[in-house]
Amino acid sequence: MTPASGAPPAVSVAGVSKTFRVPNERVHTLKERALHPFRRSGFDEFVALDDVSFEVAHGEFLGVVGRNGSGKSTLLKCMAGIYRADRGAIYVDGRLSAFIELGVGFNPDLPARDNVLINGTMLGLSPREAKRRFDSVIDFAELREFEHLKIKNYSSGMLVRLAFAVMIHVDADILLVDEVLAVGDAAFQQKCFDEFYRLRDEGRTMILVTHDMGAVERFCDRAVLLEKGVKIREGDSHRVGMQYLEVNFGRREGAGEGAEAGTAARAGDGRAEIREAWFEDEHGNVASSLETGRPCAFAARVRFTAEVADPLFGVTLENGNHDHVLSASTLWSNPRSGRFEADDEVVYRVCFTNVFSPGRYDATPAVALRGSGTSWLDRRERLCSIVVAGTQATDAIVQLPYEIAVERVQASAPWAAQPEALR
Amino acid sequence: MSVEAPEVRPQGAPIKGPAAIGVDWHRFFNLTRTLAFTEFKLRFFGSALGYLWQLMRPLLLFSVLYVVFTHVLKFGSSAKFYPVALLAGIVMFVFLSESTGGAVTSLVDRENLVRKVQFPRLVVPLSVVLTGLMNLALNLVVVIVFLLISGGSVRWGWLEIPFLVATLALFAAGLSTLLSALYVRYRDIKPVWEVVLQMLFYGTPIFYTLPLDDVIRNETIERLMLLNPLAVVLQQFRHAVIDPSSHQSAATVAGSWEFLLLPAAILIALLVYGYWYFNREAPRIAEDL
Repeated sequence: MTPASGAPPAVSVAGVSKTFRVPNERVHTLKERALHPFRRSGFDEFVALDDVSFEVAHGEFLGVVGRNGSGKSTLLKCMAGIYRADRGAIYVDGRLSAFIELGVGFNPDLPARDNVLINGTMLGLSPREAKRRFDSVIDFAELREFEHLKIKNYSSGMLVRLAFAVMIHVDADILLVDEVLAVGDAAFQQKCFDEFYRLRDEGRTMILVTHDMGAVERFCDRAVLLEKGVKIREGDSHRVGMQYLEVNFGRREGAGEGAEAGTAARAGDGRAEIREAWFEDEHGNVASSLETGRPCAFAARVRFTAEVADPLFGVTLENGNHDHVLSASTLWSNPRSGRFEADDEVVYRVCFTNVFSPGRYDATPAVALRGSGTSWLDRRERLCSIVVAGTQATDAIVQLPYEIAVERVQASAPWAAQPEALR
Repeated sequence: MSVEAPEVRPQGAPIKGPAAIGVDWHRFFNLTRTLAFTEFKLRFFGSALGYLWQLMRPLLLFSVLYVVFTHVLKFGSSAKFYPVALLAGIVMFVFLSESTGGAVTSLVDRENLVRKVQFPRLVVPLSVVLTGLMNLALNLVVVIVFLLISGGSVRWGWLEIPFLVATLALFAAGLSTLLSALYVRYRDIKPVWEVVLQMLFYGTPIFYTLPLDDVIRNETIERLMLLNPLAVVLQQFRHAVIDPSSHQSAATVAGSWEFLLLPAAILIALLVYGYWYFNREAPRIAEDL
């Protein structure tokens, strides 16, 4: 995103690094303490941000995503000027307001008016401005009838509404927002979304830090993905979102494989051996993540150690809740799979269209004797896994392809037809 | 991105991290004022008797000390207007101890603000002092009323009041600035400062007056006491506002007005050092809390 020459970017983050010193929590004995009263226990260095750079153009909505502890909030606090970056520079063109938390400075013992004044002043309004805007704040929050109530008597939803109302009444050109979308009831949330769209239309710039990929997709033009303090991806929010899901669900992979794939969850009499298993994308390449809606395949390599006739090859896929989402077997399609000698090797491949919801899926391949399918030659529980990425998160287990049509029904508009009839 | 790009492209204003005061004086004053007023309001309306409690504290201390020193120890009765002088001393000391004592932990108490919002950090301790100052103003009205009731009269010396209060406020501000920043790093400061305040209470002519009684007169001790800006302000207040004939001016007690440059220098050094230290710590306060 290169703006026209002459106009500085709204926010420009150049090579920002931030390291925290975490004190060692070593407990000294009383004697040690008495002998060295001023000795400080050591510090561990924790690198929260490592050389992060990006730019945000005016009027752009940028999402910053990453897992817990990836440095998102530290980055936001550096941009907000709450932390000083150790290295690098941040430039801001315009008035910036950061919302790390809603309702900062709210005092429970004061009524709404005073709190709006405090909060507004903290966020950069002059006290006079804050007073002037009180009416529109309280109306937006729909709290007019509770205006004189001390806010300690507010429900948490009311508090959040008040705080959000203050936030959007602080005229900032650039807004930094940290995880504050998931607030209020459905109706108020809709109002917040509308408000965000309005800000977008007004050409404000916003940097949104969140876990919620749905929100990023909905509002943001671009996104930055942080992982362990490093920017690992920047670009179109849809693509970044997919990679985020991959990073998020893929993290178990390294730890899981060694422990689980070995001996524990293995069953079978040993006449066949599932050597390895993997997933392939639509081009036949081995993949660790797949996109919803595309064709793909599961494949496994099996080696026989004794003669076996017509074995069954199969696989089950289960999602994070251990719901089986796919059970495939040659039982139905190809019961006479043939006769195999010792040392024969086969690869079997299950091709299907990936209609699964985003998330992580585990595959349990099995080779069994013909019959019930439970006399296993070899079965390896959760031998490999795949991350399905997609950014339309729904609450459905699968995402079947569908088309949706909306048609206007002409006939059932009697008031439109009536004048004609009357004539 | 080409190599020369960073040089050519215009940039917005740099974000430098938190500062003690920042560039925007307006915002600094607005915030200090808002926070101080809120705090004051809370104290005023927070309890049934509200402001009365603010007044009760110095008055109760006053009545105890008054009874002890005039009726039990037969001390202080020599000075005219002793009760008013005593009350003035207590009111000023209460201001100093309230504002500095509150300021010590202020940054930690307001952790929520400090960690969540960018604003000039010096606002926090100074707002505590400002709240104390509002109280002091009300309490001084009581002192004046008390003075008039006990037979004092309106005099030109009252014009010194704003100057004296300002000096005292600067003293409190300097201490608060330094202490609040120190406390973030060294939590031992709180008990230490409590002890120091107690020493200050006895080491300042609050329930006694300068010059000391003839029997125990010791000019060195008197001069030592006058190194303390609070003592100078108090002595001058008693001289100029309460009664010039029964209370000598600070300069007279010290022997010469030049001596008063020493407490002035101490005050200025405190302000400069306090600000310097606070400013140095300001960027890291949010992390060290």
